Amino acid sequence: MSKVVTLNQAMEKLHDGMTIAIGGFAGVGGPLKCLRKIAESGVKDLTLICVANCHPFTVAEFDVYPLFANRQVKKFITCHNGTNPVAMEQSRKGELEVEFFPMGTWIEKLRAGGAGLGGVLTPTGVGTLVEQGKRKITVDGKEYLLEVALRAELAFIKGFRADPLGNIEYRGVATNTNPTIAAAADYTVAEVNEIVAIGDIEPIRVGTPCILVDAVVQGYTLAEQEAVFQDLWTRGGILK
Amino acid sequence: MISRRAALELQDGEVVNLGFGMPMAVVNFIPKERNVVLQSENGCFLFGPTPRLGQQDSDVANAGSMPITLRPGASTFDFATSFGIIRGGHVSSAILGALEVDQEGSIANWSMPGRSPGMGGAMDLVAGARKIIAILLHADKSGASKVMKQCSLPLTGKGVVKVIITDKAVFRVTPGGLVLEELVADLNVEGLRSITEADFTIAPDLCEYRLA
Repeated sequence: MSKVVTLNQAMEKLHDGMTIAIGGFAGVGGPLKCLRKIAESGVKDLTLICVANCHPFTVAEFDVYPLFANRQVKKFITCHNGTNPVAMEQSRKGELEVEFFPMGTWIEKLRAGGAGLGGVLTPTGVGTLVEQGKRKITVDGKEYLLEVALRAELAFIKGFRADPLGNIEYRGVATNTNPTIAAAADYTVAEVNEIVAIGDIEPIRVGTPCILVDAVVQGYTLAEQEAVFQDLWTRGGILK
Repeated sequence: MISRRAALELQDGEVVNLGFGMPMAVVNFIPKERNVVLQSENGCFLFGPTPRLGQQDSDVANAGSMPITLRPGASTFDFATSFGIIRGGHVSSAILGALEVDQEGSIANWSMPGRSPGMGGAMDLVAGARKIIAILLHADKSGASKVMKQCSLPLTGKGVVKVIITDKAVFRVTPGGLVLEELVADLNVEGLRSITEADFTIAPDLCEYRLA
């Protein structure tokens, strides 16, 4: 049985009011084609779990930016919102609820969610606003915050290659949040640069095993992805 | 200038994390002969300077999602591993941009009235890295000192900063308070006091602000 589906089929699980998690880090390692489709779908009242908002040089159609521009997000569970002026304005006006966690805490909450844990104890945030409303637990004389597990109903991640079983291989620094998110959702869609035959991915190079992936979609090829980022980084003046 | 000075703080063999914003530029000023292992919190060790156009890889970027290069011996890993490394005390130094610092070594860098971009990875870095270097402009646009007696903004970490580098001076944070170690050439100590809210003492070997 192949898990490879079309982009449209991958959107069938998506509906209003859902909690969705998006892999990647400000666009790098992000499921860019799926995100465009989510924006076009018009789905609304989403709770969005994503480590940061869009890339600082973002344009209208890129990454998670349009989900905010289209007002599709009701609540944003993140570590950084500052790169998206639209989302910052919505947050300032109280139209968008933003729940911040330190990055290491955010990823551990998701890891716990995918690993059957109730939460984690972390020293991060003790003595800051982050500790408000949370239980403090002392272990061997050191204070920790109890941060509870976090899960999504639907996740969109991005890998380099997938086989029809749903085994995912990652590439470079684009692994980032993807493997953790893949495990922390009821249904996980993996967008990839290449779909290869079963056996083409060496077992040791499988970053997310197939049982954690429900659907595989063809995203940009690596060459297309290079062009997208070259355009982004050149326009922003960082590549010369 | 601040990034150039901050690069001098890094010692041979150190494992260093460069925060979002101004610190990311430090990589371009690290002396070639110095063997510093740079970590990017999104998941790599041993990265190098910004590539030239045509040399970039769309899957290789830093914590600001800008292109970087990977040096021989580099490694890439996922986010949970990266923050495990940070919280676990395996990073020796972190350079963080700041909105405010104070004479007790507290740092605020994630939230202002009416504008809260978020703390990103900074709170984990101050909880886990052994030496925190804060870099910031000495004063805001209206001339108000950002090196304060006590931070007014929500804290990223309390009493965690070891070194403060501004465009005017370098301070070391000690149990006795701030110690002025370096000062730019066009300012004397009295001039610095007049633009600094925090109290500070003067190091016996006070020298001119170093750029090399």
